[in-house]
Amino acid sequence: MDRIPILKLGGVLIVTIQVDMHDRLALALEEDLTAKIASTGARGVLIEISALEIVDSFIGRMLDNIAAISRVLDAETVVVGMRPAVAITLVELGLELTGIKTALNVERGMAMMQARLHEDDEDGSARARYED
Amino acid sequence: MANEGTGALVRVVSEEEGTILTEWLGLLKSGGALQTGRIREAELQTQAKTVLGQLRDALASGGSNADLEAYATLRDTLGEISRSRAIQGFTPTDTANFVLSLKEPIFSSLSRSHANDAKTLAAAILSTSHLLDQLSLHTMEVFLQSREDVIGRQGQEIAELSTPVVRLWDGILALPLIGTLDSARTGVVMENLLQAIVDEEAEIAIIDITGVPTVDTLVAQHLLKAIAAARLMGADCIISGIRPQIAQTMVHLGVELNVVSKATLADAFALALRRTGRTVVRKQPVSPSAS
Repeated sequence: MDRIPILKLGGVLIVTIQVDMHDRLALALEEDLTAKIASTGARGVLIEISALEIVDSFIGRMLDNIAAISRVLDAETVVVGMRPAVAITLVELGLELTGIKTALNVERGMAMMQARLHEDDEDGSARARYED
Repeated sequence: MANEGTGALVRVVSEEEGTILTEWLGLLKSGGALQTGRIREAELQTQAKTVLGQLRDALASGGSNADLEAYATLRDTLGEISRSRAIQGFTPTDTANFVLSLKEPIFSSLSRSHANDAKTLAAAILSTSHLLDQLSLHTMEVFLQSREDVIGRQGQEIAELSTPVVRLWDGILALPLIGTLDSARTGVVMENLLQAIVDEEAEIAIIDITGVPTVDTLVAQHLLKAIAAARLMGADCIISGIRPQIAQTMVHLGVELNVVSKATLADAFALALRRTGRTVVRKQPVSPSAS
């Protein structure tokens, strides 16, 4: 597999990583995701990594990069379903991914995202009313 | 000359076994082996008899070097005795004396039987001394090894006992830490915590450090690692139970935790309930007389 599929659900893009990530795959994902956020105007990116067993500093950095890029394009990134071993490895590597939001599973991640979108909508409509 | 001495030793031990045993037991008793009450006289007698019997057999089949194959049984027996003494709480002196006090009876038997042959006597005493020293060293080695095993096992038990993860409510975990945190223990704590987060689908983990005696930069770093790992899994951490002195020490050392911390576990639990959208309500008025 040389591409990871990106699904769109409402204003959220969902990526589930179910194969071992190698560097080229990671770079392709970063590129695809950036293009997709720009083309769909998505407000959130949910990356599900419960099947990911091995991480290295490159993959950690990639997650951080995706979050930073999404933020620039006004989308929020939530990483869900990280395994304990992966979490320990990332912390030991010194990659604490402080710029990324995390959640235990897809359900919680989606709830988090919906809450944010909802908040934004309210802000937006309030501003719209104010501007009127 | 050495062979001559060994020959004399073998003869004396096999011929005067009874006398040597009686004298040895007498010495052991007068040396206070029974006073502590850790061992009964009958047991001591059996041990002494076994050791002496095996010494005789070993001497008869080989030379007077304790490393020889012939001494394997004797070494095992001494090791066994030493191990049981280590567990019963004997002092090292008591244990070493058990073997060393055998010297005197053998020496006196040797000098009785070789009163006219100073050369053989000297050689025999030399090899006896050498042999018993070797055996006693072996005993001590086993003794220390057993003690160390006991200490190691206790350390492991403490580590296992002191890292429980408790479920306080749906999605709220507590991790009461007790004892000093080193990197080995932090590893265990972290693994337990993360696994519990997955199993219980926890949103919030409260790390209670009431039982941690000191928090220096290293301990703080370990705590932060655990908290960062929990955050990556999608759970928030609250620290509770920082004692006043520890808070002072931490500030003086310049240790910054940069996480939500509460004074007591109760406060932390209340915060966790609030964050998960729950409240605690009293169903009855505070005091019936007031209403």
